[in-house]
Amino acid sequence: MTLETLETPALSAPPARVVAARLAQAGRSGFARYGLLAGFLILWQVGSTQGWLNATVFPPLDLIFAALWDGLASGALIDDIAISLQRSGLAFAAAVVLGIPLGLFMGQIRAVEHALDPILQFFRQTSALALYPVFILLLGLGEASKVFVIFWATLFPVLLATIGGVKEVDRKLIEMARTYGATRGTVFRRVVLPASVPSIFVGLRLSATTALLLLIAAEMIGANRGLGFQVMNAQYNFQIPLMFAAIFLLALLGLAANFTLVTLQRRLCRWAEAN
Amino acid sequence: MVLTEPITRPAAGEVTIRDLFKSFTLNGRRLDVLRGIDLQVRGGEAIAIVGPSGCGKTTLLRVLAGLEDPDRGDVLIDGAPVHGIGNQRAVIFQEPRLLPWLTVTQNVAFGLEVRGTDRIKAAEKARHYIRLVGLGGFEEAYPCQLSGGMAQRVGIARALTVQPEILLLDEPLGALDAMTKLTMQEELSRIWREEGVTMILVTHDLEEAIYLADRVLVMSKDSGTPTRLIDLDLPRPRDRSAPVFVALRRRLMAEFGLH
Ligand SMILES: Nc1ncnc2c1ncn2[C@@H]1O[C@H](COP(=O)(O)OP(=O)(O)OP(=O)(O)O)[C@@H](O)[C@H]1O
Ligand SMILES: [Mg+2]
Repeated sequence: MTLETLETPALSAPPARVVAARLAQAGRSGFARYGLLAGFLILWQVGSTQGWLNATVFPPLDLIFAALWDGLASGALIDDIAISLQRSGLAFAAAVVLGIPLGLFMGQIRAVEHALDPILQFFRQTSALALYPVFILLLGLGEASKVFVIFWATLFPVLLATIGGVKEVDRKLIEMARTYGATRGTVFRRVVLPASVPSIFVGLRLSATTALLLLIAAEMIGANRGLGFQVMNAQYNFQIPLMFAAIFLLALLGLAANFTLVTLQRRLCRWAEAN
Repeated sequence: MVLTEPITRPAAGEVTIRDLFKSFTLNGRRLDVLRGIDLQVRGGEAIAIVGPSGCGKTTLLRVLAGLEDPDRGDVLIDGAPVHGIGNQRAVIFQEPRLLPWLTVTQNVAFGLEVRGTDRIKAAEKARHYIRLVGLGGFEEAYPCQLSGGMAQRVGIARALTVQPEILLLDEPLGALDAMTKLTMQEELSRIWREEGVTMILVTHDLEEAIYLADRVLVMSKDSGTPTRLIDLDLPRPRDRSAPVFVALRRRLMAEFGLH
């Protein structure tokens, strides 16, 4: 049954009536999904202009977007976005490049995992922010300590999720592969790795969120550029619309990162969709 | 030599089990599961293994598959002792054990690919066996889109695709509903005939054993009772309602102390 719907050939130009119906359908589902968000924004705007809200703390949206536009047009915010992206991107990439292979290795070899798990749990429970002063002492107040603190916090979600994914691979599938004479390497490549992909993605999404969180924290301490710095700085200088513009950009960055990962996951894990 | 013995040459897929012992340690206690099993299976023969739960059917099959080493005794295939996993054998488990990220064709081709056949050839062969198990049209489906019976057929096709001499099946139809089970029994019987493989089938379904097998090995749990081998001298295709069939089933049930 499902097959037929899967293999529906691309329909040639549907009639207008169908298009209208589809648009209406899309409109309804769009409202169900984004209606509340729109309501919230409208309430903010009206509340701020009508004086129900303190307009100095919650400036009207149009002022925020004007500040955003100015910042982007003048290039000032673009600079902040670039440096923030560079910091979190570098740290995230390093965490992925180290975390996934290390996790795959640790998950495979029980003795390694057994020996490393206590220290991993210990490090994980030690807040990266608490360690930030240590990193600053070691690496100075420059880029290195910032990237490192983000990297540190970002590493654990992806590493632990990868280990978990590998450990949870169905033993029965591995045994099945072995009955066909699969070597360790083949079992890893054809069974363990693909089976771990979904949980690796869970880790990647968590890591991406963590990267942005730590980015902001790191930029609020001893930075003079970046979106996190801009939020603090704008607040000091009482440029509240600019502050919200920077917050908005940070939220957008998080959404974009998550969207990218979800899209990638959908492409790689199409088989898990129908479950 | 070939000229002097044209017919009596043993068909490929002959299995000899000699004085096989296997025990496990469970909570510090030794559990003798296989106690000196002897069995001679002709090439192309169908053997069913039955017995009460926990008597060691799966253990025996796993030893035959090479997934478990015996404590003592030998397994010989076509006269040569075997240790570990080998290309002559393929295993069909109770669960289909399909890789959820592969399509039906890719799953069926998996065994061949693992054994080094190139992708295109493997897929070609896979498609042949997919049709053989009656799944033509589902080549591109994913396991999650299949019913239990269909998934089990995919597992069977995967095992057949590597063209083993010996097919080892551990309650392959155990998880299926009664109707699907009947159809699958017929298909297994047909496939066994067409492929000419040796089939060693563990089952808890006596009727299934009588329907499919040439001989039935009855294993027991207590060490006092030895294993017995029952010859099923029934014509094929088998008729479940034929008096001989019914009589055999009654006799087999009596072996278990039922009736
Ligand atoms: N890896 C193992 N470690 C310890 N004991 C085991 C192991 N595998 C099997 N056993 C024990 O060996 C005995 C036989 O198990 P086996 O799975 O072969 O039984 P079975 O005849 O297949 O039973 P069933 O019909 O329920 O599938 C059981 O008592 C079981 O507890
Ligand atoms: Mg069993």
